[in-house]
Amino acid sequence: MEPRIGFRNTKSVIFKWVIIFFAFIITIPLIVVLLYIIKQGVTQVNWHFLTHVPAPPGETGGGIANALMGSFIMVLMASIVAIPVGMLAGIYLSENPNTKLAYYSGLCVDVLQGVPSIVVGIVIYVWIVKPSGGFSAIAGSVALALMMLPIIIRSTEQTLKLLPDSLKEAALSLGVPYHRVIIKVIIPCGFAGILSGITLSIARVIGETAPLLFTALGNNYFSTNVTGPMESLPHVIYSYATSPYDDWHDLAWGASFILLMFVLTLNIVTKVLTRKWKIQL
Amino acid sequence: MYTKTLNFVENKRLELSDSQLKWEIFFKRLLIVMSAILVLVIIGVLVTLIQKSMPSIKSLGIGFLWGKVWDPVQNIYGAYPFLIGTLLTSFTALIISIPFSYAIAIYLGEYNQKGWLSDLLKNAIELIAAVPSIIYGFWGIFVLVPIVRSLEIKLGVAPFGVGICTSSLVLAVMIIPYSASLGITLIRMVPSPLKEGAYALGATRFEVIRNVVLPFTRTGLFAGVLLSLGRALGETMAVTMLIGNTSAIGNSFKEIFFGPSNTMASVIANEFNEADHDLYVSALIELGLVLFFVTVVVNLIGKRVISKASKN
Repeated sequence: MEPRIGFRNTKSVIFKWVIIFFAFIITIPLIVVLLYIIKQGVTQVNWHFLTHVPAPPGETGGGIANALMGSFIMVLMASIVAIPVGMLAGIYLSENPNTKLAYYSGLCVDVLQGVPSIVVGIVIYVWIVKPSGGFSAIAGSVALALMMLPIIIRSTEQTLKLLPDSLKEAALSLGVPYHRVIIKVIIPCGFAGILSGITLSIARVIGETAPLLFTALGNNYFSTNVTGPMESLPHVIYSYATSPYDDWHDLAWGASFILLMFVLTLNIVTKVLTRKWKIQL
Repeated sequence: MYTKTLNFVENKRLELSDSQLKWEIFFKRLLIVMSAILVLVIIGVLVTLIQKSMPSIKSLGIGFLWGKVWDPVQNIYGAYPFLIGTLLTSFTALIISIPFSYAIAIYLGEYNQKGWLSDLLKNAIELIAAVPSIIYGFWGIFVLVPIVRSLEIKLGVAPFGVGICTSSLVLAVMIIPYSASLGITLIRMVPSPLKEGAYALGATRFEVIRNVVLPFTRTGLFAGVLLSLGRALGETMAVTMLIGNTSAIGNSFKEIFFGPSNTMASVIANEFNEADHDLYVSALIELGLVLFFVTVVVNLIGKRVISKASKN
């Protein structure tokens, strides 16, 4: 072996540099995409863009006020459903890890996380759009809520599992009823971790297009009617990006820029919140 | 210990006032109901998909899966082009992504575990996963498609620009974070006595990685690849925007790989709202059912392998 040590060392060094090369080259597409979106989008964004609805093809101007409003309403409605359900289910999973129900709902969380978003769209179409007779923002919100659930449940479960048992035991020994222990002690202690799961889930669904295609559809006009079709940021990008008009492409670049900023902000918030909690999401 | 405490509290229940006891029971039931809802939702999804694809299963039979023609106007439905499209895009993307995700896992798990550079790269990887797929698709249409088109002219194939090749490239970037971040965690978990033993025997760093770290984490890294695959199979928007959306399938591999095509997810995204008769809708839902099964099985196997690997 002795004479070959130089060769082995060289091989080791070469391997290291190959690994470094491959590991860092992946940041190139990310930087290229981000810079391109920012370059194309930032010039579009102004007050007019944020407060007006899209102009018909051929006319300049127009904005994405309807999409901003629609995304806000649908994500808000989805959160109202998904946050309590997700937190309670997460609490159940962390408090009763060995029951049969916990096993099956844990399995279902994994399944739900793996379901392609387009399939969620189909199912909500069959469940809500078909019986109610038309596309609606409500259907879109339910689809988004389903996509949010697994993330909220897993983050709640993992955060609460990190809390020491002594915390619960101390509260219980003071004679505090179980539900008050959960609400007054366990949830406040794990609040940052749970909150990070919520912000992450919002960051995920705000850019989801596929489940909205067959549920909320899209709407060229400003609408706050939740029983009718509603525009959303990702959908406005999809329909304008694939249109043949340059004006509409510009609109889509602007919308992409806004969407990207939302997602980045939410991810940074999540990062700051999870710094304290070493949870894997 | 904790269960014992609970039992103790259980015994002390009599000391709770009536209204508190009511709340207590209500809260416990609420927790159970909320987790049961999840199970019901998944069963509901499965039942809905099967029930709604029944007309198609009945009239088209199992031949649906290898029927080569998809022509809704003539009422002929064959899923073969979409199966090929889905498998080809996903596996091409997977093969492209593996060297990168392994390199990231080894670099951040072994060579550079701490420090600003490591944090920066890790955040960049997470950012790749955070960017919505619609944005990758949009960028792909305007930047990647022209590049691929000029490449195709040089290669002497029909210069569509859109197609399986373009979609796979974008998909490869999108799925890297899923296997990479799992790989980092697993490689960091390799016990240092094992590595130190190898170093003490005179192994170089490369030899330690090849003979100790990689064999130790092999199953976990494989599970990460499965998670990436599950993600690639179900990815809709970026692929729909870049694949060209043609239901006809080319004759040669070259034609299929560089030409426009369709995946199961993209055909659903494109045609579901326009499907005008029951069999058409049902055939599309059956595609959704197939997609559901494949992605769920791939994901569950991945998760199983991970939980086994992290227990050891």
